Amino acid sequence: MTAAPDDPVQTPPKTVLSGADVARVVDRMAHELLEKTAGASDVVLLGIPTRGATLARRLADRVRAFEGLVVPTGCLDTTLYRDDLRLKRPRPLEQTQIPPEGVDGALVVLVDDVLFSGRTVRAALDALADLGRPRAVQLAVLVDRGHRELPIRADYVGKNIPTSLRESVHVLLIEHDGRDGVELEVRR
Amino acid sequence: MSRHLLSAADLTREDALLVLDTAEEMALVEERTVKKLPTLRGRTVVNLFFEDSTRTRTSFELAAKRLSADVINFSAKGSSVSKGETLKDTALTLEAMGADAIVIRHAWSGAPVNLARWVHGSVVNAGDGTHEHPTQALLDAFTMRRRLGRVEGLKVTIVGDVLHSRVARSNVLLLSTLGADVTLVAPPTLLPVGVESWPAQVSYDLDAVLAKSDVVMMLRVQRERMGAAYFPSQREYARRYGLDVRRASALHDDAVVMHPGPMVRGMEIAPEVADGVRSTIVEQVRNGVSVRMAVLYLLLGGASPAIGGDA
Repeated sequence: MTAAPDDPVQTPPKTVLSGADVARVVDRMAHELLEKTAGASDVVLLGIPTRGATLARRLADRVRAFEGLVVPTGCLDTTLYRDDLRLKRPRPLEQTQIPPEGVDGALVVLVDDVLFSGRTVRAALDALADLGRPRAVQLAVLVDRGHRELPIRADYVGKNIPTSLRESVHVLLIEHDGRDGVELEVRR
Repeated sequence: MSRHLLSAADLTREDALLVLDTAEEMALVEERTVKKLPTLRGRTVVNLFFEDSTRTRTSFELAAKRLSADVINFSAKGSSVSKGETLKDTALTLEAMGADAIVIRHAWSGAPVNLARWVHGSVVNAGDGTHEHPTQALLDAFTMRRRLGRVEGLKVTIVGDVLHSRVARSNVLLLSTLGADVTLVAPPTLLPVGVESWPAQVSYDLDAVLAKSDVVMMLRVQRERMGAAYFPSQREYARRYGLDVRRASALHDDAVVMHPGPMVRGMEIAPEVADGVRSTIVEQVRNGVSVRMAVLYLLLGGASPAIGGDA
């Protein structure tokens, strides 16, 4: 990619987590989940598409590897509940897939790749309320980059990455990007 | 700038697939305890129906309500239209009341196109005369895709009163956009002038095309639009162009039978076929709500529409 002459010099993305780091972080989050939920017996993992859904499946895989427990896992699209719908063209919807057990009485753990303003999580909470009544809801994110605009915090954080608003955080996952990692890039 | 869904021809292949994919997600709402989404809160949809319709109006009403829009149903009977108000004045009145979208059904072909020139909001054609009914074509394509897994490459046979059928016209346009192979079967008197230029083949022999069809779509014989005699008798029509049990048995195992409704049992379709396992008639009605939710979301759900054509 060539920059136009008057563009500031483009700095290459900085790697914050390598592929191996991501694997370790997900392992740790799975352990924390088991610890905090006393064995995850009534947990339902709901990932927010697209990368949150993939991370939810990975967490479920690790929990199964550690404890032999199969955690019901699904995904929850928040598009139709977003508060910024009217600011953009209508977006294509992502998949919603609720495990057949449903969410009533369960400890639902929402999973997303990056926690930023908190607005996606707010939308997810509203979407969840229309699907049933969980016993409690928790939040797991691979990266917390700060800059919350709502009173929302995560229960499980893979990595806290202090950022400026001019930076973007890219979570890369093999299933979508061909490799695992977390990168930080300065937006122009 | 206003954006509308006036004709199936307004939709590119990408638009049409976006509607079908969106409808797939909207269909999940039907399975939930709370069958409602907050997406169109504060938007107003007016159903402006100048022609009798139960299923389409109810379907649009339900779709808008599932998305939390406010819905106003306006039917020509008992309104100021019967006092002589023009379509334009009616439309401007409704818009002045804050309509974000007008869903119009009208006996005049082209009424929605005119309406789209007069109002700022979105216009959705819910059937205009013998011209078009794009959301019906979308729900038919959606039903085909759900039953048969795809639309592209399907052999679709549309049988009956093509001349008066907006359903047939919209389906031919949409299905050809989506890559299906459409054959029209009708008595010569019930085919429109210029049908040769449509992206479809024409046959007068139903039995010859049935065995090769993946989808058979039966059209209602629209007596109310027929001033003159288009065929010798009802029995003669049913014998040559009706889908009876014997004919349906010529279809291959996975083939489906569709009808946009309302159907005339015993005329274009035998009751045993309409109620049989191949029939998608009830699914079409259910799918209609999901598809119309998708259309309303894609037209009204954002800052500007994601599909549709300019006026």
